[in-house]
Amino acid sequence: MKPLIIAGKEFTSRLFTGTGKFSDNQLMADAILASGSELVTVALKRVDLHDSSDDLLLHLKHPQLNLLPNTSGVRNAKEAIFAAQLAREALGTNWVKLEIHPDPKYLLADGEETLAATRELVKDGFIVLPYIQADPVLCKKLEDAGAAAVMPLGSPIGSNQGLQTRDFLRIIIEQSNVPVVVDAGIGAPSHAAEALELGADAVLVNTAIAVAENPVMMARAFKIAVEAGRMAFEARLAPRGLKAEASSPFTAFLNEIGG
Amino acid sequence: MTFYELFQEYNWEQVQNSIYAKTAVDVETALRKTKKTIEDFKALISPAAKPFLEQIASESHHVTQKRFGKTIQLYVPLYLSNECTNSCVYCGFRHENETTRLTLEKDQVLKEIEVIKKMGYEHILIVTGEHPRKNGFNYLKEMLKIIQPHFAQVSMEVAPMNTDEYKALVDDGLHSVYIYQETYHQDRYPNYHPRGKKANMQYRLETADRLGKAGIRKIGLGCLLGLEDWRTDSFFTALHLSYLEKKWWRTKYSISFPRIRPFAGSYSPNYEVTDADLLQLICAYRLFNEEVEIALSTREQPLFRDNMMQLGVTSMSAGSKTQPGGYAEESMELEQFEVSDNRSSHQIANMIKNKGYEVVWKDWDECLQR
Repeated sequence: MKPLIIAGKEFTSRLFTGTGKFSDNQLMADAILASGSELVTVALKRVDLHDSSDDLLLHLKHPQLNLLPNTSGVRNAKEAIFAAQLAREALGTNWVKLEIHPDPKYLLADGEETLAATRELVKDGFIVLPYIQADPVLCKKLEDAGAAAVMPLGSPIGSNQGLQTRDFLRIIIEQSNVPVVVDAGIGAPSHAAEALELGADAVLVNTAIAVAENPVMMARAFKIAVEAGRMAFEARLAPRGLKAEASSPFTAFLNEIGG
Repeated sequence: MTFYELFQEYNWEQVQNSIYAKTAVDVETALRKTKKTIEDFKALISPAAKPFLEQIASESHHVTQKRFGKTIQLYVPLYLSNECTNSCVYCGFRHENETTRLTLEKDQVLKEIEVIKKMGYEHILIVTGEHPRKNGFNYLKEMLKIIQPHFAQVSMEVAPMNTDEYKALVDDGLHSVYIYQETYHQDRYPNYHPRGKKANMQYRLETADRLGKAGIRKIGLGCLLGLEDWRTDSFFTALHLSYLEKKWWRTKYSISFPRIRPFAGSYSPNYEVTDADLLQLICAYRLFNEEVEIALSTREQPLFRDNMMQLGVTSMSAGSKTQPGGYAEESMELEQFEVSDNRSSHQIANMIKNKGYEVVWKDWDECLQR
């Protein structure tokens, strides 16, 4: 299978993971390693940036894992830029998952502010992966602004509803020149496989693994599903909806009239 | 429009009657819906829902884990002052109570902070009585500047303020404000709050609107369970919550359930709220609103808290002292209420871990608020 490349960095795994909602940090680390994931997102609000012995960060110190700090909690571009700069300084990475959701109930992204922040952060040397609605036009604008990938949602964060935005994801995938990572709403391995089959370059999964009865086993299930989905995409799926051919085809008359 | 105007459209007795008229069929209908309406909430808190308690609790458990994961946030109250000009009949700080009055000064606050930090806390709740001269806006602004640098998240449960004052505190890093209506029973409210600024029910009712306007991150709501019929009061709290979520949509919300417990020598509840009632109420809130934070304080007993943390609750306090200066120096005489769960923060943290949950000490960072 082809490796995934984002901003020049190669990833073998197309499964990105989150670090929230686990019952303890050791279980989190075990599950993430079992998933094969190489990119893990960490909420700035959950870690102590000034403390090198922060328990969550210590558990993520592993050669397989790259950190993707996220700005969850900020409400506008200004706050996001400040948080990203602080994260870069404290965590030593210029990668950032840009999450700007002024609405704390459904955690839906503010496209306008995300675009503005992306422009600024790219200028400032960041590798920006913005979390957004499945909005094809916004995705193109973010690409123009220099986003390293786009992260449209499948359904609202933590909802486990799967790819409710399927039709828009198809358009985004078709039109995008940067990797498309389906983020949020993936509640089952079958959802992840579907996203990869559609041609998404990767998926980000958190709740479905963290809240599972057995997170480590669920992480493995997602690993396999993501690989299967990607493999199916690369092997080219047979077109869907094949119907039995009509017994008297509509165009048969062409033969009769010799045309 | 503020909530006060919407509130005027409702009549306490009519609401109460409609809750008590709910049937088992209403409860079953509510349970079948993925998105519950406020009418469904009424059914879920009604007496008719009692036979469905196990099912309601189970759904609450799953819905809470979906949103919040297997985590519990811990916070601790910091009582700065028990000076109060109000006469709330149920409160240990009421003006008429002849007790030693104390408002902490800077060096005393720093001593409290030192002890609290050792307990592991990153989220702190500042609490005071209502005394404009002693512990009003100017005092709180000064104290916030001292306290804020030591904690990831600072909240307040203090006297209501105006929008500009709230704005100034938000600019200085205040994250959330808890403002409890105590009761939404308009005719009975004056009986409980006969004198002082708190006697103005409308001003208190509009506080959350002023907070929303000031751009606060989180607002905590609640009523004091035991004053009036808890079902009717909880309906109005839910109505208030729904109104605020639509109007001040950038703000996060939290619900708390302070319950008057019958203690010797203290105020006894007019309406008893049993453990089963409180369980029903907490789970009904969770089914009605999957995103709202739910807090449970040390007013409640260990066994109840240990079980409820899996059924909808998302944040808890522990090792709380309800008298000013109580962390640095033990003194029981100035307490606002008696704590029912005396376990330390570390004991609570261990209990949470043993239940298979992660303790979240920190869920905010000042870098997100500049």
